[in-house]
Amino acid sequence: MRVLWITLGALVVVLFAASLLIGPAGLAPLQALSALIRGDALAETLVMREIRLPRAILAVLVGGALGLAGAAMQGYLRNPLAEPGLIGVSGSAALGAVLALQTGFAAMHVLALPFAALAGAVLAVLIILALAGAHGGSITLILAGIAVSALAGALTSLVLNLSPNPFAASEIVFWMMGSLQDRSMTHVWLAAPFIVLGGVVLLAQGRKFDALTLGEDAAASMGVHLGRLRLALVLGVASMVGAATAVAGAIGFVGLVVPHILRPLVGARPSVLLPASALGGAVLVLMADIAVRVILPTRDLKLGVLTAIVGAPLFLHLIYKTRAQA
Amino acid sequence: MNGLVLQDFSVARGPCDVLRDIALTVGPGECVGLLGPNGAGKTTLMRGALGLMAHRGMSSLSALPLKTRAKTVAWLPQAREIAWPVTVETLIALGRLPHLAPGASPASEDQAAIDSAIARMGLESFRTRIATQLSGGEQARVLIARALAQSTPLLMVDEPAAGLDPAHQLGLMQVLADEARGGRSVIASMHDLGLAARYCTRLVVLWRGGIAADGRPDEVLTPDLLAEVFQIRAHITTSPDGPIVQPVGVI
Repeated sequence: MRVLWITLGALVVVLFAASLLIGPAGLAPLQALSALIRGDALAETLVMREIRLPRAILAVLVGGALGLAGAAMQGYLRNPLAEPGLIGVSGSAALGAVLALQTGFAAMHVLALPFAALAGAVLAVLIILALAGAHGGSITLILAGIAVSALAGALTSLVLNLSPNPFAASEIVFWMMGSLQDRSMTHVWLAAPFIVLGGVVLLAQGRKFDALTLGEDAAASMGVHLGRLRLALVLGVASMVGAATAVAGAIGFVGLVVPHILRPLVGARPSVLLPASALGGAVLVLMADIAVRVILPTRDLKLGVLTAIVGAPLFLHLIYKTRAQA
Repeated sequence: MNGLVLQDFSVARGPCDVLRDIALTVGPGECVGLLGPNGAGKTTLMRGALGLMAHRGMSSLSALPLKTRAKTVAWLPQAREIAWPVTVETLIALGRLPHLAPGASPASEDQAAIDSAIARMGLESFRTRIATQLSGGEQARVLIARALAQSTPLLMVDEPAAGLDPAHQLGLMQVLADEARGGRSVIASMHDLGLAARYCTRLVVLWRGGIAADGRPDEVLTPDLLAEVFQIRAHITTSPDGPIVQPVGVI
């Protein structure tokens, strides 16, 4: 177990450094680090502090958010197929962003788009809580999430459908693919509080997810307040995933695949899987974000496209392995 | 307060009452077998008493704060759910969750309770096995060990013997009887009248929303009651091993 924590921690550190050192500006590693820390060369410092540093930090934040939220959703629903998008927050955040792009609101301020996305996420949370807040079990939560996702997806399609402007439409399509390119520290400051707060809320529920291993009835008899747990889950996941989608767009498969890969390595305990998946998500998104810069440096390969292309076959492989064991 | 007290206790499902005006007191040292045909309200009585279902009237358990209740009663639902492939010991250790302070890791007394539960259910050789890969009966024993590890004065189990082989049925009932003899209260719903007669100190028969009979096994399991409530004939006799009740035909 200790080996796992050290490995994941080391991977995050190494990949974070690699993310800082790889880019089209082609800075030498020592020169880059010196520019980052001491700020001695004007252009290099600008590249390091304003382009690469926020990108690397956001990769850690977004990856950690998706991994942790995925582990929490799977722990709550006791289903390895659950993922953070299930409660409709990422779809609604995307809808908010799409509306901002379509109306031109996004062009007014650097934070206009992320704010619109957050507003979409908040709206989704309110609907979900109204439907499955204090009462109603996990099934109500899933159904409400599916309904909200479907509605957000339909409205997103409607916006694209009616878009009179092909440039706005293509901008929307590209944004929805998910990317960390050209983000600034402003994006970091916007997303970090939500992601950290949501992370604290979800990590605090670890033991309750453990108790849920025995089912809702047994967990309730062991002192778990199921209504409060559901509330914490919705708010925690929404805060993390809403903020992650607002700054990075839709990045799929991280929240699904990471807990799945790490589960056997933590003895399947939901409480241990939460922090492990946060680190694992950061590792995966850092790797993917480095890969999009290395594989096709000139073509602006989107992060979300890469995670899906790598994630889906990986997931198929995992299903194949699980099937072989059963 | 140990045990269980129900007063004017009613549970409704939809428009009609499943249980009406139940009065029941279970004290320390009692091993109560909760009997009744399908749908008589055995599970409803236990879930309602625990506060897992809405009820009217008084239940000494549902009145407790959640944390206190979790240290007062261990509940083993009928649905034997193990969601993740954890080891047997990890699963049994979940029974100690109500005793852990936030952020604290299990202490030596927790480990002692876990070890004792494993020993009582005869699961030493299963400790490191993956719980989801065990057979249904083995999983049932692991889940019972989890409830034992919770070390509560009251143990409520819903059809614990279902799906166990004869040896483990007898072994389990012996464990429950021993728990009661050690001063705990045990309430177990069951369908096997023979096991109930043999191991329980007291039987409570639920029928048509109320308690049809309540008392020592030999007082309760009369031919008249079996005919009226269960619609069966049974061979009833006493042996050196205790009372024997063997259903022999449907009326």
